[in-house]
Amino acid sequence: MGEQELKVQEKKAARPGGESTKNETYFAPHVDIYETEREVMVVADMPGVRVEGIDLALEDNILTIQGHRAPQEQPGRIILEEYEICHYLRRFTVAESIDQEKIAAALADGVLTVRLPKAVPTQPKKIEVKLG
Amino acid sequence: MPYVRFIDRPTFRNPWAEFERIRQGLDELSRSYTEKSKGQGQANIYPALNIYEEAERLVVTAELPGVNAADLDLFIEGDTLTLQGKREQRQSGAGISYHRREIEAGGFSRAITLPTKVDAEHIGARLTNGILTITLMKASTVTPRQIQITAE
Repeated sequence: MGEQELKVQEKKAARPGGESTKNETYFAPHVDIYETEREVMVVADMPGVRVEGIDLALEDNILTIQGHRAPQEQPGRIILEEYEICHYLRRFTVAESIDQEKIAAALADGVLTVRLPKAVPTQPKKIEVKLG
Repeated sequence: MPYVRFIDRPTFRNPWAEFERIRQGLDELSRSYTEKSKGQGQANIYPALNIYEEAERLVVTAELPGVNAADLDLFIEGDTLTLQGKREQRQSGAGISYHRREIEAGGFSRAITLPTKVDAEHIGARLTNGILTITLMKASTVTPRQIQITAE
């Protein structure tokens, strides 16, 4: 079976809301978003980010994924630089109603997986009318 | 009845404004070039690498999100370092509908020639949070050696 060759994907700069006081660059992480019957999954590539550096928020149907890299001492002199070390930021508007209480996230091998369970629609309550 | 105005043109535009805009654009372009000149730029083969040099060692780093350490192979032959591996296919199946697919799966293989000779016996590699860090000790013949100067 012919396996697909991985390509270098260009990093796109993300724009944080408003101007930042710090001179930091943010990149929009590459994501996969898929939906099952019960949940919406967001998978984001965020290499170099530790669990402490991740900030997740769902506010007014806007899911914000933010990943901060711990400042690292550069080992020695750089002689080849093919990628930039940056923080990550991406926002999505979530169309489905999400059960906020049950949002879960996991980080493995630099990949963040966010599980957004869909809110169970409340059963319409039938009101019985009795004859008086 | 609507008025038909024949003089419905945009208000007078400064003909020099466009030149000013181009000049600013060129300024920005040249600025970003000088800022970026320290690196060699774009990688064509996955993964993109950063290489750092210290007095006794070379540090090669790569961003490999979603790659298991078991799926990654490193080889050193002379001063050629080869990285090989694959990224597993993501979840798929019935009942899953994708909205966005930006993450790719597949294999990769990249060989680079290191700028100096290295000691093949002392190579360390770590894969943490999707970042691969390879530390290569330089061969003793190329590490700088301090020469004692004796005063007479």
